[in-house]
Amino acid sequence: MIGRRLSLYALTAWVAITVNFLLPRLMPGNPVQTMIGKLTGQVTPAEMNAIQLSFGGSFKHGLFSQYITYLTQLLHGNFGVSITLGAPVGAILRESVPWTVGLIGFSTIISFAVGTFAGALLGWTRGSRLDSLIPAATFFQAIPYFFLGTVMLLVFASNLHWFPVLGAYSQNVTPGWNWAFVGNVIRYGELPVISIVLSSIAGWMLGMRNMMITMVGEDFVLMAVAKGLPRRKVIMHAARNAVLPSIANLSLAIGLVVSGALLVELVFNYPGVGDLLLQAVLNEDYPLIQGIFLVITLTVLCANLIADVVYLALDPRTRTEAAV
Amino acid sequence: MKILRLPKSPKVLLGLGIVGFFILLTIIGPWLAPYSPSATNFAANLTPSAHHWLGTTSLGQDIYSQLLVGARATMVVALVAGLVATVLSVTIGVAAGYLGGLPDDGLSLLSNVFLAIPGLPLLIVIDSYLPVNSRSNSFVIGLIISLTGWAWGARVLRAQTMSLRNRDFVEAARIIGEKRHRIMFTEIAPNLLPVLASSFLFTVLYSIGAYVTLAYIGLTSTAVWNWGTMLYWAQANNAPLSNEWYWFVPPGICIALVGTGLALVNFGIDEFINPRLRAAGITSRQRRKLGLPRRVRLGLTPVLRTTRAPRVNPAPAKLVSQ
Repeated sequence: MIGRRLSLYALTAWVAITVNFLLPRLMPGNPVQTMIGKLTGQVTPAEMNAIQLSFGGSFKHGLFSQYITYLTQLLHGNFGVSITLGAPVGAILRESVPWTVGLIGFSTIISFAVGTFAGALLGWTRGSRLDSLIPAATFFQAIPYFFLGTVMLLVFASNLHWFPVLGAYSQNVTPGWNWAFVGNVIRYGELPVISIVLSSIAGWMLGMRNMMITMVGEDFVLMAVAKGLPRRKVIMHAARNAVLPSIANLSLAIGLVVSGALLVELVFNYPGVGDLLLQAVLNEDYPLIQGIFLVITLTVLCANLIADVVYLALDPRTRTEAAV
Repeated sequence: MKILRLPKSPKVLLGLGIVGFFILLTIIGPWLAPYSPSATNFAANLTPSAHHWLGTTSLGQDIYSQLLVGARATMVVALVAGLVATVLSVTIGVAAGYLGGLPDDGLSLLSNVFLAIPGLPLLIVIDSYLPVNSRSNSFVIGLIISLTGWAWGARVLRAQTMSLRNRDFVEAARIIGEKRHRIMFTEIAPNLLPVLASSFLFTVLYSIGAYVTLAYIGLTSTAVWNWGTMLYWAQANNAPLSNEWYWFVPPGICIALVGTGLALVNFGIDEFINPRLRAAGITSRQRRKLGLPRRVRLGLTPVLRTTRAPRVNPAPAKLVSQ
């Protein structure tokens, strides 16, 4: 199973890389050539050369030879040079990716854990007053991530002053591995994490609830009750089986969560990839846009792979059957 | 609609009401707007009043008019994207599920690849390369959004088609000698309808989110009024930090309401597909009236019927356990 998934992700990565190569060539008006034309005189000839190479070299060569140049450059880690920031795209990304991975990874883990737990409870107590949580959760899910972030920033940070306003850490601390800095980063991360969790939790909750309702009807749960197991143990029995589809869906959901959370960074001025992407888009900084897209896609694919391995470890059936 | 009898739970009715209201707004919104949304001939930064229900922007535009006019572009793009994506997912999903074998492998691979690529970053990359005049075209934007949003529906439809393909009634039709397209359209298609409806609503929901997000980061034409461009201008003029809630909260609430409405209708469809979920749709009053236990405990997952059972025995309601 893992072999199959691995080849799927490899193929997906290749598609993403190729899309990146083909898109500027398919679009009307050849935006990259226009951009390079505009750049003449603004950047040093060496930077110009790096940018041009990262797009596949001179347009005079054939398409295939451009593609080979583009792939070779990628393999050597040349993502081109950012036009607005004047630095290699790779170096810029190395600084901002950890922030995004930390923020989104942490929020996703919290959201998944809390949502699944709440969903198991909701499924168990179906028909009780707790069911009124469902429309509320749906409402939160329907709010765009960035809008919820904006409202929370306004209410809890700028009016109530419960949280710091913008950025990832205070100006007064020096970045490094010391307690003062780490504590500060956690403090500044609280509100973005809370808003991502609130936006994404309903999906986990509802999925788990529906699976739990199906699971409670199974014979083994009835058996557990008949044996006289304490209620907590019975719930655990059912929940352990109900959680499997949620984990299988994790790979589908990660892409959606990342898409939403990128904009939360923007709202909170968080120094991650999302904020960078917006700046790049506004300035038509194509090398940077392409580099960010590739890095996001590859990171999401890695996260998917981890989710698949976890699933494999939890569900022994997948080890014998060739189920996807 | 006989084919799709939605359970009449308050949740579903509420959802239908909300969606209906916003569809109406899409049609008549621009006529209801008291002023032109772009006209800048009012005082700037007015707070809500009888003349300007939601105040004015820092350019002196009427926010209430922007909200009403913006409904149309938002909903039209979402519908276009939803329709195109659904056509794509039906074609690819049903073909993959029905044909099986090599075509299935190829088509499934295609949809899995699209599922794995994160949608929004791809959208942003495509959109940033678009010429400016295409960015103001609702249909072009809708088309691009549908490209990133069809894969989920295709996967669900493929699974449903595969499970239908081997059912007895389809087998029977094949033995009778029905033509292949007849089996696909008259035997299988009606049974796909609930799944299809659910995936359509999900895609519309996704499209609204994607479109509003693109507009919010300024990747669609800022001359076309939609709820996302309203948020874009509000953010650009620092409305959130200067407490001008009446500028950025209304469009956000509208987006969330449409989304909630669609999701609630989707619950109804889910309960239609899987009646076990439906027990939750029965209110406690109905329960009491039917003489059902207040809460159904485990073991039996009953399909509850609110319609009166034929009076064969004196029991007030029928509890069918599966």
